[in-house]
Amino acid sequence: MTGTANHGHSLPLTDTEILRIRNDFPILEQLVNEQPLVYLDSGATSQNPLSVMEAEQEYYEQRNSAVHRGAHTLAVAATDVFEDARSTVAAFIGADDNELVWTQNATAGLNLIAYSFGNASVGKVCDAAKKFAVGPGDEVLVTEMEHHANLIPWQELCRRTGATLRFIPIYDDGTLDMAAAATLITERTKVLAFTHVSNVTGVINPVAELVALAHAVGALVVLDACQSAPHLPLDVKALDVDFAVFSGHKMLAPTGIGGVYGRAALLDAMPPFLTGGSMITTVTMEEAGYLPAPQRFEAGTQPISQAAALAAACNYLSETGMARIHAWEAELGKRLVKGLEGIEGIRVLGPPAGVPRAGLAAFEVAGVHAHDVGQFLDAAGIAVRVGHHCAQPLHRRLGLNSSTRASTYLYNTTAEVDAFLAAVAGVRAYFGVEGASL
Amino acid sequence: MSALDSLYQQIILEESKTRRGGDLRDDQLDGQHLPANVGQCHQLNPVCGDEITLRIETAEDEVSGIHWAGDGCSISMASASILSDMVVGLNRAEVAALIANFREVMRSRGKLVADEEILGDAAALSGVSKFPARVKCAMLAWVAAEDALNQTR
Ligand SMILES: Cc1ncc(COP(=O)(O)O)c(C=O)c1O
Repeated sequence: MTGTANHGHSLPLTDTEILRIRNDFPILEQLVNEQPLVYLDSGATSQNPLSVMEAEQEYYEQRNSAVHRGAHTLAVAATDVFEDARSTVAAFIGADDNELVWTQNATAGLNLIAYSFGNASVGKVCDAAKKFAVGPGDEVLVTEMEHHANLIPWQELCRRTGATLRFIPIYDDGTLDMAAAATLITERTKVLAFTHVSNVTGVINPVAELVALAHAVGALVVLDACQSAPHLPLDVKALDVDFAVFSGHKMLAPTGIGGVYGRAALLDAMPPFLTGGSMITTVTMEEAGYLPAPQRFEAGTQPISQAAALAAACNYLSETGMARIHAWEAELGKRLVKGLEGIEGIRVLGPPAGVPRAGLAAFEVAGVHAHDVGQFLDAAGIAVRVGHHCAQPLHRRLGLNSSTRASTYLYNTTAEVDAFLAAVAGVRAYFGVEGASL
Repeated sequence: MSALDSLYQQIILEESKTRRGGDLRDDQLDGQHLPANVGQCHQLNPVCGDEITLRIETAEDEVSGIHWAGDGCSISMASASILSDMVVGLNRAEVAALIANFREVMRSRGKLVADEEILGDAAALSGVSKFPARVKCAMLAWVAAEDALNQTR
């Protein structure tokens, strides 16, 4: 060990390691349309390793019970699993245990935050909650590259409260216009919500610069870490964001589990969104007191086995090494972009080869609609995403209404990327549009 | 023929470029203040963004014209083109029967064989029924036509 902590210099995974990793993912070993499956849709949802499925099964075989409720042995065991999972996942993103709230997914997490801000903005609220209130004259700022999950909850918050929604534009290469950001972030800005990594262009946003601008005017920062938590070493404390959200199913875990990180002092002061059982102290017929975070935001029976599975997924990722995973995917991303740029009639969305990006690439094929591209690739056993990838404004900005996206993860090989590139090279000939231009 | 080739038959690839009837002008897209013999419908598949605005003109009981503007995959565009070539001159009952037959074939998951006597060139789209995710693409123009025609008097 040289002891270097700079993940920019971590060695990527090797082919031998990836072959070993692939053995942990039984789903990858199948034929699709008589071809070996090439799964390049992890940006939408990732696959689960055996250890994750075993964690879920073990929970149901040995400990299934209600958490935080019973006095019996199984209930204690289940509570232990649930809270140990919280510690593991919190540590994985650099948070303290009481700073991680379970949600169904990132979308639910962003809604939790936006609705809690909304609850702080109307009716009688205590002084501590006032810092979350927005109203007429206040601005909520997002970016033009957001997934709908980090746009519509803010549109709705502004509609309910009278605050104004504004957005930071992007350049043609998909990167954020930081000069515009500097002028758009003002004393009126109460919330800045943006994605860490774009799910379409693979752009990695300058979090530190944006946080500095926002904090200088006292705005709260909400980070959509959906495409970063699974793929790079994430430390919410080092990034100094106020809130962050992520989805388990994009990071080797099952569906139905995700999380919200919030600074402890903020979470404890924020009004709850969902209310009911398990989040209260004293309840009378007239009113109720609320537990501190995270329980205050976890009304009702929680996704316990899913939490256990997500913890197992984080352990799997940590043992493999997030810095090495990131380095590997950066190589795959570079290979994807270079390869695609070399094919006639293909336009890659986002920065050109050579600029750092996540291990994914969305592209346009001249004369062929994304849906047809995806169908053609599927016949070759290659799974990609087609459509607007829940980012209509971004596509519109780039002059498109859909694209095809290949997204990689730690289990993808260079051979798979090459197979994908070879298949893409045949698309335009198949559809008879070799003459068409972009 | 591979499943892919049965989906993308030559006639479909050609029709998707010919786009017969695809001449609705931008200033006609809003479909406001149409006379009673004209109906117009906008259909969008939010999953993939396929989109069509289709106008039907009638004279007495018959379809006398069809015009559309759209953007989408080859299946949706070819389907609109083929439809446009088929419906002019048919009466309401004939159009309804045609659409019903096409819909039944599309929803059959590959079990029904299209009758070329009834469906003409649209029979070439029967390969779509084996791809449930694409049925919506093929149906887009037909659903729009059904709705547009129902608006006319
Ligand atoms: C950047 C980004 N944000 C939010 C989401 C929403 O995630 P989920 O559908 O799991 O809530 C996604 C997933 O597609 C995403 O890529």
